[in-house]
Amino acid sequence: MFALFFALPIGYAVWLSLHKVHVSGLGLGSGAREEVWAGLENYTDTLTDSEMVGGALRVLGYGCVVVPVMLGLALLFALMLDSDKVRFTPFTRLAIFLPYAIPGVVAALLWGFLYLPDVSPFSYVLEKLGLPQPDLLDGGPLYLALSNIAVWGGTGFNMIVIYTALQAIPVEVYEAARLDGATPLQIALRIKIPMVAPSLVLTFFFSIIATLQVFNEPTTLRPLTNSVSTTWSPLMKVYQDAFGNGDIYRAAAEATIIALVTLVLSFGFLRAANRRTKQEAAR
Amino acid sequence: MSSTAVREAAPAAGTAPGTAQGPPPRRRIALVPTVALLLGAVYTLLPVAWVVIASTKSGSELFSTFTFLPGSGFVDNVKDLDAYRDGVYWTWMGNSALYAGLGALLSTVVSALSGYALATYRFRGRETMFNVLLAGVLMPPIILAIPQYLLLAKADLTDSYLSVLLPQILSPYGVYLARIYAAAAVPTDVVEAGRMDGAGEWRIFTRVALPMMVPGMVTVFLFQFVAVWNNFLLPYIMLSDDERFPITLGLYTLLEQGANTPALYTLVITGAFLAVIPLVALFLVIQRFWSLDLLSGAVKS
Repeated sequence: MFALFFALPIGYAVWLSLHKVHVSGLGLGSGAREEVWAGLENYTDTLTDSEMVGGALRVLGYGCVVVPVMLGLALLFALMLDSDKVRFTPFTRLAIFLPYAIPGVVAALLWGFLYLPDVSPFSYVLEKLGLPQPDLLDGGPLYLALSNIAVWGGTGFNMIVIYTALQAIPVEVYEAARLDGATPLQIALRIKIPMVAPSLVLTFFFSIIATLQVFNEPTTLRPLTNSVSTTWSPLMKVYQDAFGNGDIYRAAAEATIIALVTLVLSFGFLRAANRRTKQEAAR
Repeated sequence: MSSTAVREAAPAAGTAPGTAQGPPPRRRIALVPTVALLLGAVYTLLPVAWVVIASTKSGSELFSTFTFLPGSGFVDNVKDLDAYRDGVYWTWMGNSALYAGLGALLSTVVSALSGYALATYRFRGRETMFNVLLAGVLMPPIILAIPQYLLLAKADLTDSYLSVLLPQILSPYGVYLARIYAAAAVPTDVVEAGRMDGAGEWRIFTRVALPMMVPGMVTVFLFQFVAVWNNFLLPYIMLSDDERFPITLGLYTLLEQGANTPALYTLVITGAFLAVIPLVALFLVIQRFWSLDLLSGAVKS
């Protein structure tokens, strides 16, 4: 199973990425199109492709908004839920976690309608107040609009991961700190956050990977606006090349590069995180 | 909306009223965090509330009345949706249930088996296997999907139920969670004791280890179920016949057509509303059974 659905496809993708189609004559008839060795040509093409670079930059900008906001909110909500003086925690915990159950496509669709001036409640209110209505589906606001969908969908899940880790901290730790005269803020900053650091690392890591692979949300918003191109994110570009332009060789090279970037980032990050944990353990 | 919630709450969270001064500490409601959490809940529930209300509006009401005012067209909307292409919507729902249900079940079985094997047996290449698995968790779905598509195309399986089902059976994340859970829940002593009593390996797995792993496997199943239900990319690549679409893809194509004909908006909205119901219901029923420790267990290892 593993070989069939993981090893083989990956190997095949790498093999494809090193080839291209050579068209002889008019490209008609059998034998006119043949696969030839391309070496690293697909890779150099990809790395110098302005669309690909543009997509990568767009996703970088998008990630710079999504990851800090989403994780910041998740940590904040988790700390608040963990505090014993807060009310309505079962309700709010469930409500904030709820978007996890909603498919990304449906989430993008819902927000898409909320952004659409014709049906949006925000536009309605702004119009009644006589204020200008920003077009959320164009230019700079589009980034925020897309980021908002990701934040909406991801905060709850990350919050639960952090919250579960907070729950695992023994009560005695807090009692000791309180006896030493620590304020709740100090407890949160000096004890809780360091103790859930591994969860923070994990959520950070998953968020980065999810960001690199953003596909569903911008694809879903496309029918509602002209501002999302078919190559908005790198993955959309891969899809476009593979199935829109029919150049699977190029697409395979692009996919391989994305995978490599992901792997390098994540393993590098994991190693760095491990080293820090070891250092702290040694102290 | 979210950003205002943060800005107001962030500095105030720690300096909540009555927390800093004066022993003994009194039990009071921490107002600011409570309000912040409620704001967070409003934020997450807003689109859901919107779709519930919007689905009750007829086409003309959708564009003319205030968004959060209920309309009068819910029954008609459902009828329209039901009538759309001879009820293809229900086919999509059924397909999603099939993909997610069967896919998650098979994938849980595979995860349990391989997770248990990785946790219990020491064999050559075990660590390598595990690292490859980890890399599999991180692999972008599209790098697998393109060659999977081509391979399945060679086997003449694309645009079939199998093309969506098969690639999702082996889930690296499922195996990863199962391994961690098996390592924590099944003590080696018990496995050893089983061997001493002369039980075969298969018997030990099914009679001894599996019952111990059930709570964790429920989580893996639910995890997979949600993952398959929410999957968009794989069916998007594999399928072209909309009779086999899952609901995510179905709604997307509906939206694509609806973008040019606002008359279809009500269909998309009603469809989205109905599509959210089963998962939210499932979610509410099962959230108490989730062993979320498993997730944080994955963090600690």
